[in-house]
Amino acid sequence: MPALPARPAALSSRPVRWLRRNFVVLAGLATLAYLVLPNVIVTVFSFNKPNGRFNYEWQRFSTDAWTDPCGVADLCGSLSLSLQIAVWATVGATVLGTALAFALARYRFRARSSVSTLIFLPMAMPEVVMAASLATLFLNMGVTFGFWTILIAHITFCLSFVVTAVKARVMSMDPRLEQAAQDLYATPLQTFLRVTLPIAAPGIAAGALLSFALSFDDFIITNFNAGSTVTFPMFVWGSAQRGTPVQINVIGTAMFAIAVLCVLAGQLIGGRRKRS
Amino acid sequence: MALVTDKTPAPRATRRTAARGGKPTPYWLLLPGILWLLVFFAAPLVYQASTSVQTGSLEEGFQVTWHFATYWDALTEYYPQFLRSVAYAATATALCLALGYPLAYLIAFKAGRWRNVLMILVIAPFFTSFLIRTLAWKTILSDGGPVVSALASLHVLDVTDALGVTEGHRVLATPLAVVCGLTYNFLPFMILPLYTSLERIDSRLHEAAGDLYARPLTTFRKVTFPLSMPGVVAGTLLTFIPATGDYINAELLGSTDQKMIGNVIQSQFLRVLDYPTAAALSFILMAAILAMVTAYIRKSGTEDLV
Repeated sequence: MPALPARPAALSSRPVRWLRRNFVVLAGLATLAYLVLPNVIVTVFSFNKPNGRFNYEWQRFSTDAWTDPCGVADLCGSLSLSLQIAVWATVGATVLGTALAFALARYRFRARSSVSTLIFLPMAMPEVVMAASLATLFLNMGVTFGFWTILIAHITFCLSFVVTAVKARVMSMDPRLEQAAQDLYATPLQTFLRVTLPIAAPGIAAGALLSFALSFDDFIITNFNAGSTVTFPMFVWGSAQRGTPVQINVIGTAMFAIAVLCVLAGQLIGGRRKRS
Repeated sequence: MALVTDKTPAPRATRRTAARGGKPTPYWLLLPGILWLLVFFAAPLVYQASTSVQTGSLEEGFQVTWHFATYWDALTEYYPQFLRSVAYAATATALCLALGYPLAYLIAFKAGRWRNVLMILVIAPFFTSFLIRTLAWKTILSDGGPVVSALASLHVLDVTDALGVTEGHRVLATPLAVVCGLTYNFLPFMILPLYTSLERIDSRLHEAAGDLYARPLTTFRKVTFPLSMPGVVAGTLLTFIPATGDYINAELLGSTDQKMIGNVIQSQFLRVLDYPTAAALSFILMAAILAMVTAYIRKSGTEDLV
């Protein structure tokens, strides 16, 4: 930072100068606190023993909910349903989306720009519009709402995100690597399996992870297309009306802890690999 | 749609197709995904368009009667919710930008070896279901809680009461609570694109600006901020679009006076079962957002950045 010219004494007193120099750091950390605060509350309140049906006010410390996480009717059932849907939606969206991404990144064909628009539009639309229109289709077709309608809806909105993630990776790939493989007499299939796919893998993994997270946590689209089937977010939504059991905080905290541990483990392994 | 800018042909791809003599491979790759999107994304929009001009009742069934008055009725009855949605979403987007920019800047330029830790802290909240986190705001903003008491003793609530964003010295069930929830929920969608575009800036540009006697603030205004525009545009779109259609924050943190257009569509569709009105409202919302987004992209002159 260049030395500032002499300024009025009041402005260049030490605390003011310190504030000016560290303004970005302080503002950034304040935003971070705003982002993390609700997670702290969720964790703290997973040890609460509320008096009424709602877990919004601190009463006293208890580990009851932690020792009995499935103690509320339907809670763990909804959790396992959400996990199943997230897994299948990820598989479906990743397969369909990866194929689309390869076609868009590698080939020129007629209607290419209309295809791009069709893939882009679901992301440029508020979820509620997509949710209501898909539910209209199911209603008109006389389809019964449940597992399958939720799964179809989730694959539909995850698809575009997978295409975006994979396409970025494939576009930035050096085409000479594939040409080199072909020069070394690899068949197109071998080239794809041994060269193209491993290079595209991080993009595919990113798309798959994003799909899983989006599907697992989705509420709006599920709300319209679930009928009376209850996924975990639907359970939480319902509990906001009927009474929030402490167990949803336990599950929220556990999910957070598991995810952070996975990320940290990944960082450690990655860091060690880089060093060796 | 102006948002798709794949117009620059990738030279690589052209060469490849030429070499292959127009094999049908791309079509086989496209077929399943495109069919899926046509059946489960495009066809539903057509069905919805048709539903919006139908009349009838649940018992007798709905018929297409080209009853366009539904649109007019929907607009005249629910325009306050439309305006409110846009106002809340725009405020939340502005707040996200104001709060998110310093954090993205901090992570990109000042964090050093803390960069990864800060990044994890930004993404980590995602792993707890956002509904649970939104409910946590009920605790944080509860009447007589530490936040509300602090704001009251600093006379902040007097000002916000006067402005009409809070009421009777409470924060919950007021516009402030809903905007606060929207800002919180969409903040990471602002921070991530901002960080991506800030991180790409060559730090030598900052040094050059300094060498040319630019003050830090001038450097920011003339160098950093213009170069981060792609992130600003992407972030504002990723925040504004979902925030306009959101109904979760208004439902959980607001009262009946803070209902947004998403709440109306949801209750018309799932509770009142008035499908034509719900369909017409969705269409108006979609058209309004597409128009606003297109105008915004034209205005910000970043058509080829998105």
